[in-house]
Amino acid sequence: MPTFVYMTRCDGCGHCVDICPSDIMHIDKTIRRAVNIEPNMCWECYSCVKACPQNAIDVRGYADFAPLGHSVRVLREEEKGTISWKIKFRDGREKNFLSPITTKPWGENIPKLGDLEMPDQNALDSQLLCFEPDALNVDTGLPVISKDKLKEGVYY
Amino acid sequence: MITINPFSELSALIPPLAMQAYVILMVIFVAGGTILDMAHKKSAKYFFQNSQKAKKSATNEVSGSEKVSIAFKTATNEVLTSSEFCSTKRRVAHLLTMYGFLLFIVTTVIMIFNYSTTSNTPSILPLLWHLGAAMLCVGGYWFWFFIRVDVAAEGNKWYRVVRADLFVLSLLATCSFALIWSYLQASGIAGWQTLFFGLFILSSTILFGGVLWSKFAHMFFKPAAAFQKRITKADGSRENLPAPADRPEQFGLGIKREAPRHY
Repeated sequence: MPTFVYMTRCDGCGHCVDICPSDIMHIDKTIRRAVNIEPNMCWECYSCVKACPQNAIDVRGYADFAPLGHSVRVLREEEKGTISWKIKFRDGREKNFLSPITTKPWGENIPKLGDLEMPDQNALDSQLLCFEPDALNVDTGLPVISKDKLKEGVYY
Repeated sequence: MITINPFSELSALIPPLAMQAYVILMVIFVAGGTILDMAHKKSAKYFFQNSQKAKKSATNEVSGSEKVSIAFKTATNEVLTSSEFCSTKRRVAHLLTMYGFLLFIVTTVIMIFNYSTTSNTPSILPLLWHLGAAMLCVGGYWFWFFIRVDVAAEGNKWYRVVRADLFVLSLLATCSFALIWSYLQASGIAGWQTLFFGLFILSSTILFGGVLWSKFAHMFFKPAAAFQKRITKADGSRENLPAPADRPEQFGLGIKREAPRHY
């Protein structure tokens, strides 16, 4: 069930671009509105759906079962600290759920990646990700596994 | 400079009738471009279908007087004060460009149609014309360099230009070249003045003639979309969204709670 954007509601604020953990919400080059550039890679985390201040992002099923009439809609009300869910089943039943927001307020604790120094070629070639190994909080560094060990336990 | 009508000075070079014909041509471009845009994107059809769908899931009827009240609220909130923007910076920049554009266009039309041949233009008109262009520049360049989503969220450089920039770039070019042309005209620098007048006309022709390819028509579509959104809230269909939460007490302070300190 990948996300899609209602173009008439989106105002191109970029909140979905900021929050998408898959980095697949981007801004269209023709109309400057958000667009899911790779629906196959969407893991349905609903982060962008909840973050959108215009409720312009929705989630729909793939073509084979989308016409059956179900829907999942979310409303995030930050001032109340709540997230409401409205689930419509394809047989017409409807269920409503309400849950508290348990994350930090929007806009807090955004890492300032632009302020970091550009990594050198060694860092780019390394298998470590940004901030690693410091971010893992492992004093001894990452464990190293030799290539021979990788074969252990693998049977063809 | 700011109290001189630049179009009355121009009438020595270009006949006022030609200036008026150009303005009428631009109005035709905007109207035609918007109609073609609507036909191409099927926006009107989409809005009609959407409102029919909303009616089906409506829980209460919206009367005529309620619709008038909603239209009034849409005009005062979304249209006049751009309240739909969640970011204050974007809202202020939008208000600056919107009111700057209106001032610039309205005073241009008045000065061309009423005062292009006389030298006694009321000084308030050129003053508002320059003010409008300056407001457009402030709001527009602020948007272009800092607020634009391509720069703020996507992390692209300000000089990366895509088709979505056609509207804002032609708008910025129009007001910037207009100001430079007015300055050069007031200073009496003949050659440069002609060059920047040419650039001003070129950029304004792109702005008004490029409606089909730019987001110029958003000034007509956005109020319609905002009105439709308010209607769906009033008739209970709410675009299929859940009803607003009744803040259950067991949720505690929610997002206003003490920040976690365990990591």
